[in-house]
Amino acid sequence: MERIQINEVSVELLTTGHGPPLLFLHGGDYFAQHREFFDRLARHWRVVVPRHPGFGNSERTDGFRTVHDLAYLYLDLLERHNFGKATLVGSSLGGWIALETCVRCLERIDRLVLIDSVGVKFGGREERDIADIYALPSEELLRRSFFEPACAAPDYARLSDDELTSVARDRQATALYAWRPYMHDPGLRQWLHRVRVPTLVIWGENDGIVSPDYGRKLCRLLPNARFESICEAGHYPQIERPDQVAAAIERFARMEVL
Amino acid sequence: MKVWHFSEMAYHPAWPQLGDSYRVIIPNRLFDPKIGADLYHRYLDEWALCDELGINIMTNEHHATATCADSVCTIPMAILARETKRVRLLALGMPIGNRNDPIRVAEEYSMLDVISRGRIEMGFVKGVPFEIAPANTNPADLVGRFWEAHDLILKAMTSHDGPFNWEGTHFQYRQVNVWPRPWQQPHPPVWMPVGSSGSAMEAAERGMTIGVLNTGWVRTPPIFEAYRRKAAEVGRPITPQRLAYMALIGVGDTREEGWRRADQILGYSRTSGIVAPQFMNPPGYASPVQSAQAIKTSGAGFRAGRIQSRSGRNIDPRTMTVEDAIEAGLVFAGTPDDVFAQLHAFHAHVGGFGHLLMMGQGGLLDHDETVANLTLFSKEVLPRVENLAVM
Repeated sequence: MERIQINEVSVELLTTGHGPPLLFLHGGDYFAQHREFFDRLARHWRVVVPRHPGFGNSERTDGFRTVHDLAYLYLDLLERHNFGKATLVGSSLGGWIALETCVRCLERIDRLVLIDSVGVKFGGREERDIADIYALPSEELLRRSFFEPACAAPDYARLSDDELTSVARDRQATALYAWRPYMHDPGLRQWLHRVRVPTLVIWGENDGIVSPDYGRKLCRLLPNARFESICEAGHYPQIERPDQVAAAIERFARMEVL
Repeated sequence: MKVWHFSEMAYHPAWPQLGDSYRVIIPNRLFDPKIGADLYHRYLDEWALCDELGINIMTNEHHATATCADSVCTIPMAILARETKRVRLLALGMPIGNRNDPIRVAEEYSMLDVISRGRIEMGFVKGVPFEIAPANTNPADLVGRFWEAHDLILKAMTSHDGPFNWEGTHFQYRQVNVWPRPWQQPHPPVWMPVGSSGSAMEAAERGMTIGVLNTGWVRTPPIFEAYRRKAAEVGRPITPQRLAYMALIGVGDTREEGWRRADQILGYSRTSGIVAPQFMNPPGYASPVQSAQAIKTSGAGFRAGRIQSRSGRNIDPRTMTVEDAIEAGLVFAGTPDDVFAQLHAFHAHVGGFGHLLMMGQGGLLDHDETVANLTLFSKEVLPRVENLAVM
């Protein structure tokens, strides 16, 4: 991975493929499981994947405390690196970052893809829209995250210490940005009308972290969005069904702007 | 050496029904308020007795657990501030990284200090990992929050000229003006429980007293040594009065009686670590390198290996015997002579300390047995221990 300097912070950046630019914002966990998906996307796009500050080997300065800071960082990244107009794709926590980015400025974004995104709260104060991943026993967390945990989840006992430390760093950074309010910004919902770009909302049919019903509600609040579910996939359909998710994004890219 | 009696005010009647977690997720319908009231009064009576026996008092707090029904450490302190007259009162302590309002903490401690006429010692704790879920505080910036709260509380207790401004990273106030100010000047002694050399050095830099809790024969010396080294490095006086060690103590007229009491107190050690694994390692609580090991073992290994015999063998706290625990330096038990001999040897092994935090009640040890344990300790062991101060 290369490193780039954005303002004060040195960010790890994976770049692969050729074609129009696609900026992928990853979720809180399972980064290492995305290789197949990135390879698949690389057939049609120049795929750019930053590791958020605090994740992987990206630095985090004290200035990075909220998802808003990440949104501004990626607006700077889009401006400075001459992407022209990019397709913005965000998964889970990355979907939340993508939404925060889009409500601020759409100048460099022509399309948005959300994959099992978090970021918004629909239910009342005693309802839990997003599973409390920090309170679930590990087996149940895996069952809720994946359609087939045994195929998709890593065998942690076989990872090197460096790989495990990277996973731990990702989880620490996720907590830092998303602990409270949990995985959402109470103010975001009222600004979703600003996400005027064509949007595809992709959801794993078996997502036990954020339900497809949540995805449909989110889709209805976005002015120019359509919903597509992925069979036999949980919270990370791009890990479990990389071909289907990439194909859905390709079809969406070819569609005339509505 | 000063001696302090500590009890977690356990609600042990619920223990048989708790399964594989004694914390966080257990429903409070298992707490019967009538039995709970009797237990609170009983534990308070035992602390009140300490005032007559010349044993100082230590409280603590935990949340959503039957192992420790003291969920607000300053509540027993408030009762005892008036009920006792002589001994000192230590809360070890207040989880200031998990409380949202440091000013309220400064007010509680200051008020207690005035009511007790200057007998308060104030502990600030980072808290064990499974305190994160009940407080819902962000584990990834707990340490920063802890130190900012610490700085703010001390500034609030030592500022006497009207409001000041505090706009920090974690806490913001524009009119900080704590009433009352504390009795002790500049403020009551400050303590922090410590379980690693790194934390010991942080405390040494600030001149805090460290409470090293039940770390035993193998893990304690490097922690004390780190404290002494750092204190010397920053030019602070190196004194045993800044070092405390917590052990479980069972004294009896016979060795059998002392061991039987210790065995019941060990109910504390056998239960306090029974926590559903998902709450054991909240992200960011430990460093990524430490957390990596927890991920590798699905959390199971995170707190294993914390109790070691003198030869470095891991001891399972759930099945630990009195003999294991004495050998590991967690328990001092037997006749008064036995207890003193074990304590004396441990004291020499770790290079000396100025406070013995004595768990004289724990687990299932009942009131009469606790009274007998504390009384015999005060008569037969305390006079000898008091002369064990300086090395």
